[in-house]
Amino acid sequence: MLARILSGDTPRSPILTVALLVILFVLTLAPFLFSGAQPLNVAAKICVFILLVASYDLLLGYTGIVSFAHTMFFGIGGYGAAIALSRLGPSWSALALGIFIAIAVAGMVALVIGLFSLRVRAIFFAMITLAVATAFLVLASQLSGFTGGEDGLNYSVPEILRPSFRLFEQPIFGTAVNGRIVTYYIVFFAALFGFLLLLRVVNSPFGSVLQAIRENEFRAEALGYPVVVYRSIASVVSTMMAALAGVLLALWLRYTGPDTTLSFSIMIDVLLMVVIGGMGTLYGAAIGATLMIIAENYLPALMGKLGEAAAGIPLVSSFLSADRWLLWLGILFILSVYFFPTGIVGKLRTLWQDRKSKATQKRDGGTTGEAI
Amino acid sequence: MSATAPVLETQDLTIRFGGHVAVNKVTCAFLPGTLTAIVGPNGAGKTTYFNLISGQLAASAGKVLLHGRDITNLPASARTQRGLGRAFQLTNLFPNLSVFENIRLAVQARARAGLSLLALWTDRSDVMHAASVILERVRLADKRETIVGTLPHGDQRKLEIALLIALEPDVFMFDEPTAGMSVDEVPNVLEIIGELKRDASKTILLVEHKLDVVRSLAGRIIVLHNGTLVADGEPAEVMASAIVREAYLGQEFEDA
Repeated sequence: MLARILSGDTPRSPILTVALLVILFVLTLAPFLFSGAQPLNVAAKICVFILLVASYDLLLGYTGIVSFAHTMFFGIGGYGAAIALSRLGPSWSALALGIFIAIAVAGMVALVIGLFSLRVRAIFFAMITLAVATAFLVLASQLSGFTGGEDGLNYSVPEILRPSFRLFEQPIFGTAVNGRIVTYYIVFFAALFGFLLLLRVVNSPFGSVLQAIRENEFRAEALGYPVVVYRSIASVVSTMMAALAGVLLALWLRYTGPDTTLSFSIMIDVLLMVVIGGMGTLYGAAIGATLMIIAENYLPALMGKLGEAAAGIPLVSSFLSADRWLLWLGILFILSVYFFPTGIVGKLRTLWQDRKSKATQKRDGGTTGEAI
Repeated sequence: MSATAPVLETQDLTIRFGGHVAVNKVTCAFLPGTLTAIVGPNGAGKTTYFNLISGQLAASAGKVLLHGRDITNLPASARTQRGLGRAFQLTNLFPNLSVFENIRLAVQARARAGLSLLALWTDRSDVMHAASVILERVRLADKRETIVGTLPHGDQRKLEIALLIALEPDVFMFDEPTAGMSVDEVPNVLEIIGELKRDASKTILLVEHKLDVVRSLAGRIIVLHNGTLVADGEPAEVMASAIVREAYLGQEFEDA
């Protein structure tokens, strides 16, 4: 049963299993484990980014497609929900329409880009996506009547999702279950469902073909797989999931602007999360997204504290000030790529594999020894 | 028997690279139940001819017909789906996947199971079983989970053949299947090709340098030289022909 839910793709490392269970446990109970807005905010962002990064890994890690337009599709999702809610009012039907249009548009744009340009070499495809994404970003900030321009859009969500709404009269485990918590669980379950769906896709017969294309495009074609068609379908599935992630972020933030969805710094974050976690494994996306979001949110504060502690030492204190957190994140990134080129998940799996094979050798060695 | 229609035909098949004509107006028909060896000196255009037939290269002129249908403008994947199977001279596999996964990909291509996005492999026991059978047949069962990039060269060659068999094509195209294999591995490969030959519905094309291999397997030999078809006939006849002996194969024949 569990194997079926995970599509037969188990973590294959005890440390990884524990890490994933901790993430799942904390995210499931986040509203009741922490108080205050900040931790729940971080938890919701982790959910959204796990889905976004996992969908990007379908492209980069599994199919070997380098795209810089992934945040564009994230943005299409966000703006789809935002425009529908701000134009048509905060109703469920407006939200549903926004989601439907956003995901359909994302899929169609991906299909068009894919069929036209996935036959060219990887580097050219990357350039094309970069151009399209830049054009889209400019368009979103220029068409201010429609998108709110640089300021973005503020809007209301359906009543059940507002902070003032109470689901139950009495608090549960000391926490009043308000609309924010309802929204959180919508985000959480949608992200979980999307993640499991992607896990199914990468472990399906279709997923095998994607990996074959990544490994040897020429031979995949010779075996009878039309490579462009497979790449385009992968791209459509991936971008529809990115659009869903965008919708979830739009619901959570009740604001959508270029900086929350479209900016290239988010694209770079997504790339880093995939690489740190481990390309070609969706669990890597979960680990990478969680670590990076926590670092982005808590590293500055930690640095600030360390900076204060080291206030007396001239040069050290300036390196430890809160503003320097990005420098330290950069160093962490370089170290992790240097020491774990296959990402955290890849490293954990290799470690466990080595340990198991060593144990088998020892056992086999022992028996032959006795036989002699 | 003369009523048997050719499975594969090339008509005036030509490719030019700039001024160089690598394959020049080759017209040839291949009948089912026959193993045709394609021989000729290095650079004669044998592999290029193969690439034109299986779609890795686009012809400059001429036609390729499969089951009487013109496939000249189809991409390689569509030709494979129509029954043309090709093994490559330089080993051409999926290096970071396991032996079993490599074979399964070929079985899956034939079973048209590539586009099931939401199925699990446990639901496709037909594909899994067929892949296991082929794994046994090429004697790689003990290397089932081995990552292909780490296999010895001979095993990679065997896997290359396994992928072709798994496709169950009507036309098998082998490009020097025994190249770089150690002497004790060759009989196994020849045995597999010999088995295929016994199936009268299969058409087999074989590019091969080793003349003893050609002699033991081929029912027909065609000779390419500078991209042109210069001889075509039964092995004894072709090997005896003065033109072939002197001009193109003389040295090799004396050795053999």
